[in-house]
Amino acid sequence: MKQLYYDVKKCLGCKSCEIACAVAHSISEELFKAIKEEILSLPRKKIISSKDKNYPVSCRHCKDPKCVDACMAAALVYDKEKGMVLHDESRCVGCWMCVMVCPYGAIRPNIKTRIPIRCDKCKDKDEPSCVKACPTGAIIWQEETAMQPGTVPEGDCPATR
Amino acid sequence: MSIEKKSIDLATQEVLKKAQDENIKTAWDRLELQEPQCGFGQLGLCCTVCDMGPCRIDPFGEGAQAGVCGANADTIAARNLARKIAVGASAHSDHGRDVAYTLSLLSEGHAHDYEIMDIEKLKTLAQEFGIDTNKTKEQIAKELSKKLLEEFGKQEGELVFTKRAPKKRQAIWKKLGITPRGIDREVVELLHTTTMGVDNDYKNIINNGMRCALSDGWGGSMVATDVQDIILGAPEPIRGKVNLGVLKENYVNIVVHGHEPVLSEMAVKASQDPELIKLAKAKGAEGINLAGICCTANEVLMRHGVPVAGNFLQQELAIITGAVEVMMVDVQCIMPALQEVAACFHTKLITTNPKARFPGVTHIEFESKKAYEVAKQIIKLGIENFSNRNKERVNIPKYEMDLVAGFTKEVVFQILGGKYRSTYKPLNEAIISGRLRGLAGVVGCNNPKQTHDYFHTTLVKELIKNDVLVLQTGCSAIACAKQGLLIPEAAKEYAGKGLQEICEAVGIPPVLHLGSCVDNSRILTAASHIIEEGGLGEDLSDIPAAGCAPEWMSEKAITIGFYFVASGVYTIFGASPFATLGSKDLTDYLTKGLAETVGGRFEFCDDPIKMAQLMIEHIDKKRKALNLRPRMYQ
Repeated sequence: MKQLYYDVKKCLGCKSCEIACAVAHSISEELFKAIKEEILSLPRKKIISSKDKNYPVSCRHCKDPKCVDACMAAALVYDKEKGMVLHDESRCVGCWMCVMVCPYGAIRPNIKTRIPIRCDKCKDKDEPSCVKACPTGAIIWQEETAMQPGTVPEGDCPATR
Repeated sequence: MSIEKKSIDLATQEVLKKAQDENIKTAWDRLELQEPQCGFGQLGLCCTVCDMGPCRIDPFGEGAQAGVCGANADTIAARNLARKIAVGASAHSDHGRDVAYTLSLLSEGHAHDYEIMDIEKLKTLAQEFGIDTNKTKEQIAKELSKKLLEEFGKQEGELVFTKRAPKKRQAIWKKLGITPRGIDREVVELLHTTTMGVDNDYKNIINNGMRCALSDGWGGSMVATDVQDIILGAPEPIRGKVNLGVLKENYVNIVVHGHEPVLSEMAVKASQDPELIKLAKAKGAEGINLAGICCTANEVLMRHGVPVAGNFLQQELAIITGAVEVMMVDVQCIMPALQEVAACFHTKLITTNPKARFPGVTHIEFESKKAYEVAKQIIKLGIENFSNRNKERVNIPKYEMDLVAGFTKEVVFQILGGKYRSTYKPLNEAIISGRLRGLAGVVGCNNPKQTHDYFHTTLVKELIKNDVLVLQTGCSAIACAKQGLLIPEAAKEYAGKGLQEICEAVGIPPVLHLGSCVDNSRILTAASHIIEEGGLGEDLSDIPAAGCAPEWMSEKAITIGFYFVASGVYTIFGASPFATLGSKDLTDYLTKGLAETVGGRFEFCDDPIKMAQLMIEHIDKKRKALNLRPRMYQ
């Protein structure tokens, strides 16, 4: 199953992934129209800078998801087959518990819609939009098992820090 | 992207196939590598003005809504746009300056290879500047060139050419305080207002931008056009050929590319030099074949009928045919990629202008004082390069098309009224009587984001079908020429009945080629003559006319758009909108607000048929406002 990885040495912090993510989750899925929609789409991914490096941060779909444990409405579930944390928006009560417990700060509240915003790996598309949008190839979409130890130096990936 | 999606032009498609087979990258391939393009850039929301940034405004409203200095989306997008206007104006105007300077050298006897070709025009211009014309032509030229060069450095007053505009238009400019004072001043002042912490009012920024654009349209570009007519000869209707098929297999092919015709004019002469032709034959060629790309091509086409090899997106393709010995370039629209493409072949790329150089590329500097000598030297290099051509790699597409070019505001006069009773009356009458619905200016570049030539030709066909006479310049004219719209016979095939009758009576094509992109100034003066003739209102904004740049890409196109809008013309931009959509206020001002102040406004549209409909709707609205008769043929 494919996962998102990041080569943070390559991340310039251009925020192209943020824009692409917001557009991909808008109604029109076109930049020029998306910025005019009544309820603006928001990016599921944010660039966080720390110690001279930029980290594209979005839901890592943890195998031991703290957010799922914290969700009192059972709107969040971990789907083992897909390897993804799924979110049933109709059950969500907007309590923001998931936002608080996420160790990566990867879930953010959308105050207007009262629905938390998190990466769904662009579930309807071949690959997440952020991958295509990254001009330097810092966002990598590949099989989990194909990731060889050593390809990403330790300490460079927020998950291994 | 399939080749058919890249271009509708068959010659282009054929060479793109060759490029693909030989793994040579072109603009279309590079565009693919750029995609998706930066969203902040597309929306105009990235500010690199000072080093507190670069700053970006979040278009989805969640993140930063102001840069470090506090500039919001309106200010940032307006400043970015204004800088583009200034750059576009500087390009046209610097071209004008160089030409005026050549006139000055000529008048002092330092530019022996040029002469005063159009004395009538020299005198007319001199009179506009209040110069007594009872003198030798050299003396007039000397005084005129001094006055023209002064237009660039003037600090106060008004540019003399703005007086060509109808009185009512001049009054509007005055009221808004946007009458251009000095050509260079407007560029500098506009740039000043966009630096950190100066102008934060997007409307004011755009107004200053319009003044700068007017200093191009009614200043720099007009100087370029009129002085070129004086020293290189005013164009007259002339037949020519267009598309990559004009390159000849057994000839030494020299391609001129860029915008300033002072050197290419000499290249035309040198290509006919018996000594050089003899040399070419000695090297095994049948002769020398000169062809052009972009606006340099339009200039030598208008004056000499030199064949046009193609428009902007065909510059790399000309080299990829494998049959070009020399591509000599001057300034503007010359892709940096040419160097790499030329390296795949024997083609010698030669730069000629100190303002436009490539590292490692042969540079033979043009000087007005020894123009012919320089041109000969370059062509000689081409002849010597002929033996290096790899014949097996030559593939010239067989496509070429006839065209008629060489229309100017003077020529239109003469064609319509006869040489001795030049008048715009028949044109005005045609519009008033409803035989002609109106006029359209369709101009501008190519942009690989759009199917090459498709927008230009689809739009123009739709316009002439609806009895709209189309005036063209630049790469847009070349696009339509390739599709056979610039021959008189095109009227019968494509034009509506009213336009057809006019074309047949006068013997003109339904689409008139007015020249290069600085020659858009010809459209402004022609429109002023239309108002002068009477019956179609008192201001340029009253004329049933509209403008469009369907496949634009250059900053110069933005400036042209602004001087047309500031002159009262409804102007549509295709391809992609200006990078202003990130600011709703600014975009609304451009597309709505400006109509209230200057009478013209912008429209952004990405469908050529829709563009034509919008232009026709506007023309009909203006017809109604003038209370003109209904169209003769509905």
